[in-house]
Amino acid sequence: MTSQTLAQASNVAVYGAMVVLTLAMVAFAADLALGSGRVRAAEAARSVSVRRRAAATPASDSVVDDRSAVAVATPPGPALGERDDERWGRIGISLTALAWLLLTVALVARGLAAGRPPWGNMYEFVLAGSWWTLTVFGFLLVRGRRVGHLGGVIAGAALVALGVAVVQFYVPAADLVPALKSTWLWIHVSAATLAAGVFTVGTAATVMFLLADRYERRSLTSTTGGVRDALARRLPSSQSLDRTAYRAYAFAFPLWFFVLVSGAIWAEDAWGRYWGWDPKETWSFVTLVIFAAYLHARATAGWRGRSAALIALVGFVAFVFNFVGVNIFFSGFHSYAGL
Amino acid sequence: MAADLDPFATDAPIRPPSLGAVGAARWVWRQLTSMRVALILLFLLAVAAVPGSVFPQRGVSPLKVQDFFTNDPTLARVLDSLSMFDVYAAPWFAAIYLLLTVSLVGCIVPRVRAHWRAVRSLPPPAPRNLHRLPVHRSATVDAADPQAVVAAVATSLTKRRFRVRTSEDGLSLAAEKGYLRESGNLVFHVSLLLLLVGLGVSALLGYKGTVVVVEGQGFSNTLSQYDTFQPGRRFDESMLAPFSFRLDALDASYLTDGPRRGQPSAFAADVTVTDSPGAAEVPVQISVNHPLGVDGSKVFLLGTGYAPRFTVRDGNGDVVFSGAVPTLPQDAAFTSTGVVKVPDAQPDQLAFQVRFTPTAPSQVDPLLGPASTFPEDDAPRVYLGAWTGDLGLDDGVAQNIYALETADLEQLGNRALDPGESWQLAGGQGSITFDGVSEFGNFQVARDPGRFWVLVGAVGAIAGVVVSLTVRRRRVWVRVTPDETGRTLVTGAGLARTEDSGLAAEVDQVVALAVAEVAPAGEEQR
Ligand code: HEM
Repeated sequence: MTSQTLAQASNVAVYGAMVVLTLAMVAFAADLALGSGRVRAAEAARSVSVRRRAAATPASDSVVDDRSAVAVATPPGPALGERDDERWGRIGISLTALAWLLLTVALVARGLAAGRPPWGNMYEFVLAGSWWTLTVFGFLLVRGRRVGHLGGVIAGAALVALGVAVVQFYVPAADLVPALKSTWLWIHVSAATLAAGVFTVGTAATVMFLLADRYERRSLTSTTGGVRDALARRLPSSQSLDRTAYRAYAFAFPLWFFVLVSGAIWAEDAWGRYWGWDPKETWSFVTLVIFAAYLHARATAGWRGRSAALIALVGFVAFVFNFVGVNIFFSGFHSYAGL
Repeated sequence: MAADLDPFATDAPIRPPSLGAVGAARWVWRQLTSMRVALILLFLLAVAAVPGSVFPQRGVSPLKVQDFFTNDPTLARVLDSLSMFDVYAAPWFAAIYLLLTVSLVGCIVPRVRAHWRAVRSLPPPAPRNLHRLPVHRSATVDAADPQAVVAAVATSLTKRRFRVRTSEDGLSLAAEKGYLRESGNLVFHVSLLLLLVGLGVSALLGYKGTVVVVEGQGFSNTLSQYDTFQPGRRFDESMLAPFSFRLDALDASYLTDGPRRGQPSAFAADVTVTDSPGAAEVPVQISVNHPLGVDGSKVFLLGTGYAPRFTVRDGNGDVVFSGAVPTLPQDAAFTSTGVVKVPDAQPDQLAFQVRFTPTAPSQVDPLLGPASTFPEDDAPRVYLGAWTGDLGLDDGVAQNIYALETADLEQLGNRALDPGESWQLAGGQGSITFDGVSEFGNFQVARDPGRFWVLVGAVGAIAGVVVSLTVRRRRVWVRVTPDETGRTLVTGAGLARTEDSGLAAEVDQVVALAVAEVAPAGEEQR
């Protein structure tokens, strides 16, 4: 195959992945709407955590570490694909797997077409970031983690990212500018795109946490209702979602720190300084500091739970802005070839 | 629940200041070193860094700041009074990170002390009522020797790297593991301090300068040779390492086909370096990702460009200028502009605006002027505009060497020249010859004495935080007591400081261990 056909094959695979992800989102939505069997299981799990919450409310919760308490009494949340009436969830997961396969093909073909690893410009970064998002999600599922209920948000996020990549960032496959030819580049960018995947999965869990948390608060005063609560009823307990999110961020934080450091080492070789407050560097720093604040918040009385989750969401917004926004709105050294 | 049940608690509750200056100072200090304030300062730091990416910064792109002032002087002045063009040197930015640093020190010191003590002591004895701990299990088993059961559990916990304390009566034990978590956390925070110190040292004692060097010419590391120079606050000229180098050849290559035709694919400079006057000459190559390190300084190749060579004769026929004139690239195909100033020309001073195209276009756009079609110097051509009059070089005001102020000058005409061609100026004012093309490299020389500590701090921080976020610190307590009916009650409890989904399983296991020591008869879990 010539590099031209390979590049075309890559583009077709990306479009294919987008179609499949759309279908996956529909399936996950149907699962949330129709997965009645799980509601009962989730309800049972939640009643425990609600009771605990009710019991804890009058006491001063400034001293007690109720996070560990959670780990005990919460029965394992429901897993997708366990029951017969969860075929929608299973279909969603299968479709996501197919989308992952197509994205893998897209990246490999693109790499072969350009004769280098396929993360040398914004278009490829976003492709790789989406690939990692699906990979991390799949990895957690394969490892038996109960994260199926995050599928809808994850498929949606990957779909939007690919859409932005195709519309905003597309460039033909080609060689790199000299500054980008460095071993550090591959290390730095691989870590950055992996971090993108982990941050996205963590944020999906945070979004679901906020839904579940709201539902649980409201169910204490019996005022649940509306679409959000209808969705939340089918989620596992807020504590288990919070834990999933925390695990993701706890993995992503050191990784992101490493992205900054490896980027700085590369920047020194390429531009003669390791830190220069270029917009990309600034926003990476902002992202890191916000997630440091998140980790602190989880250890600070009165900031756990909802406040910490909101900080993490702000951190993710900064992260996404850094990934795509900075290249569109600001100019700096990081304005890569093709954009 | 009572505070004493959380032996890990670090947060001092907010209290109003007690009377007196000392009390107030202590209160301020306690606030400053609290987690809550650290959290707020971190958030402020993130917010404060943002405007630096929105507005152009003097340290990064001074020209853009000038543009800003030209376009909107009122807004620019307002922004400037808020340090928006020097965000990272602004007093409010410094205030935030200094407060954070103080808070960090104030936080680390007591924690290091406490951790040092914790590491060398045994875990606190089991609280009286284990049922009040968040994770607890109990089981009732047949009559057994409580001391023997506790001893057996102690042995097995020790094997699992717990530190175990058995009570004096032998009826209960306390065990703890995961001290490394706090160690990692402290390494992380101390490393951040180290990183800050490194940055501070560089800001005081470092320097950074740029210089354009044309092929065949040299550079020696003295202040006067630099085109731009940014010294650290405590910099002094004796800190310049006495090295020099000669630029022997520049080699830039570009993609010649495909969709990105003309994009640079590699560039490198062959230089001959001398560490100090009289030392051996060493040939080395400097390329984009491979800077040259000499004597604590680093030399980077930031970019390349073209320097067309000219010979200028004045009205008297004397050679008044001969040499290469660096031009600034204006686009990706290296259409470049520059100026030749000839103050020595007689009877009138001469100046030439130079527009250089390494690969001349076959047709010139009448609006945009000539634009190069490829960055390689395949068909070089210069487009000259000649001027005469007083160049104003004697009035002591520094001039941009790449721009010509033409207000007081008289134009002599325009002409395009290929290499080797000459142009006789009208009115016997002299002539200019385009002798050929050299390339130049734009080099940056930097010394960064804190750099090593910045790197050590960064690596230490990552290592520390990885350890801290993976190790789980947990305490487990077991108590074995005979109950009223003559049977034996085994109670286990656990406490973790942070998210620890394995804690419950651990407590289950410990209780199961104790139960297994006794024949399990009609046990009931409670
Ligand atoms: C310079 C800015 C700071 C940054 C970037 C930072 C970052 C972090 C991060 C990422 C963690 C979580 C990882 C871990 O547990 O090791 C953490 C934990 C912690 N930090 Fe900081 N920190 C900073 C300043 C401070 C200050 C000033 C204090 C004291 C008030 C402090 C006290 C703590 C404590 C007690 C923990 C442990 C929390 C836990 O056990 O989960 N930090 N910090």
